[in-house]
Amino acid sequence: MTRRPRLLHRLVPRGLRTRLVVAFLLVAALGALAAAALTFRQARAAILDRARDTAIRDLRAQVGSLAPDLPTTPGEADLRSLALQLDRAGGSRGWHTAAAYRDGALVPASGSAPVLPGRLRDAASSARTAVVQRFHHADVPWLAVALPVTRDDRPSEPSGLIVYASFSLADQERDVTALVAAARAGALPVLPLAVVPALLAARRVLRPVRQLRSAAESMASGALDTRIEVTGEDELADLGRTFNTMAATLQADAATLRAMEARARRFAADVSHELRTPLAAMTAVTGVLDQDAASGRLDLETGEALELVADETRKLVRMVEDLMEISRFDAGAAVLELDDVDVAELVGKTLALRHWQRRVGTDVTPGLRARLDPRRVDVVLANLIGNALRHGGPSVPVDVRARAEGDRLVVTVADGGPGIPEDVLPHVFDRFTKGDAARTRSEGSGLGLAIAAENARLHGGTLTAANAPGGGAVFTLALPRDPA
Amino acid sequence: MTRVLLIEDDPAVRRGVTLGLRRNGHETEAVGTGEDGLESLAPFAPDIVLLDLMLPGMSGLEVCRRVRESSQVPIVILSARGDDIDVVVGLEAGADDYIVKPASSELIEARMRAVLRRVAPSQPAPGPGGGPVLLGDLEIDEAAVRVCRNGHELTLAPSELKLLLFLSASPGTTFSRRQLLEEVWEHSYYADARLVDACVKRLRAKVEDDQRNPRYVQTVRGFGYRFGPL
Repeated sequence: MTRRPRLLHRLVPRGLRTRLVVAFLLVAALGALAAAALTFRQARAAILDRARDTAIRDLRAQVGSLAPDLPTTPGEADLRSLALQLDRAGGSRGWHTAAAYRDGALVPASGSAPVLPGRLRDAASSARTAVVQRFHHADVPWLAVALPVTRDDRPSEPSGLIVYASFSLADQERDVTALVAAARAGALPVLPLAVVPALLAARRVLRPVRQLRSAAESMASGALDTRIEVTGEDELADLGRTFNTMAATLQADAATLRAMEARARRFAADVSHELRTPLAAMTAVTGVLDQDAASGRLDLETGEALELVADETRKLVRMVEDLMEISRFDAGAAVLELDDVDVAELVGKTLALRHWQRRVGTDVTPGLRARLDPRRVDVVLANLIGNALRHGGPSVPVDVRARAEGDRLVVTVADGGPGIPEDVLPHVFDRFTKGDAARTRSEGSGLGLAIAAENARLHGGTLTAANAPGGGAVFTLALPRDPA
Repeated sequence: MTRVLLIEDDPAVRRGVTLGLRRNGHETEAVGTGEDGLESLAPFAPDIVLLDLMLPGMSGLEVCRRVRESSQVPIVILSARGDDIDVVVGLEAGADDYIVKPASSELIEARMRAVLRRVAPSQPAPGPGGGPVLLGDLEIDEAAVRVCRNGHELTLAPSELKLLLFLSASPGTTFSRRQLLEEVWEHSYYADARLVDACVKRLRAKVEDDQRNPRYVQTVRGFGYRFGPL
């Protein structure tokens, strides 16, 4: 990447308001400049044209009144006297004149010849009417006029006499300079004055933009019923209307999605409810099946089949119960049954009930008490410890630690296993997230951690997962010690 | 062998539970409605009643109340989790214990056995010389499993009697609800403690003069219950 685009980027103002004002000022400045330039050009041309035209008219008038007095072939004295008379008639214009006949020398009124550009004589020699040339002499603009004189009796044929005049345009130049100053004086105040309408216009344009922004923000924060008050017919009003249409569509879509989700959840709840009764009948006889399978009275295959049916029935029961539990959370039907308990005892019972005492290390502050729902906390702990034991492998240490931190009870379950893959970590509490591909189906419904997280939430607490710096997964359950 | 009256409306569950009970050597009568259950109560004379709460016609709760009007036979509620409120009402109506369906025959067997045990297993068996003990107005005869109040014998449901015997064996000692669940009901530590609360409520109604200011079964806030001190 080159540096220039970044520099350019930095030079372009960030805010829309600043950009609008700057653009407006640029346009105003350009407009003022163009108007001033145009006016200047026109005025300058008018001034110079008038100077030229009056000079030619005056010169022609003078020559017209003096030429008839000249002889047909004027001598140098005649030409000098003509120039002298013309110089005098020039008056305030202060031109210097000279006359020439045919290819004869220029004859000025007196002394030095008038200042003339070189090519003028060439141009004048073949001309039938006045030739004008502007030129600079000693840094001052001059105007030179060459006027071929015709005779009254033969106007179509040049007499050979040409009168030259040149004069300084300094006065006109001063006028033009004054004009430039005036144009600048007129254009410059336009810029600060233009700031006011620019700000007003920017505000007018930006108000709907700001409205749009705050509306979009409140939409983003979930208020899908946000609408904009649209006034007028301009593009911004169109944008506002489009926004409203979008919001309405979004709101309708969200409502549809919610309804669909609610239906899906109700369906899951209904299905698990319906499954429960046949499962209750089947569960009641799993014991009978177990006894017969173990009795040795049946042939091997029948025994195995009975064992399979009994085992899978128990798994199915666990899955349906998990599904029903999560349905109760979804329906808001889960209730806390709070009890004051000794935390060390609670952890000990969780381990003892599942014969985990020898496999799990515990570190619980003695005498630590908390008010919580023991059944739900047992569900959480059993899930976390069970996961740790499964994922860590048989020889990996699993440690449960419980402490009071302020008004919270903080329980951590850490294992020395491989930890949780980074890409799985954000989803460990999602429903049906499998910790790793190697997990077999027999290890649960896929709802265990989701139910654990819901149980923590129901207590007004949190359940978080992380990887320890030294390796291994750490789950942290934080519960209020005494939920009001 | 135990005589079991099973009141359960779903035929499959009824068959399954009956099969399990018979396999475990119990004589079982299974009926589908509360009305039929009440009718067979006198002729069958069960040792224990397993009662489903969700019944067509007369509700399980009503059956529970009617049974208690005439009999202190142990009643165990068969319920599904999620019918929590019904369980509490059922327990307050006089049931001694509950089983959450789906339940295996082993679990049903264990629950039945616990309910049928007349004293808590951890309690030392009363010695031959242990006659009735007088505690306040209560005369508790552990050996005869009998409680009299002001000379009149109280009709206590099995769980009420067991709880009172357990608490009064160590007057002044506080037991947590979890302990009582484990000791008296032989449930797990995590069972529903409302089982204890409902039984305490029923017991107080029978032994206390002023239920709101109990003398025998006292609440120790934040810890549990204790007997006395008188």
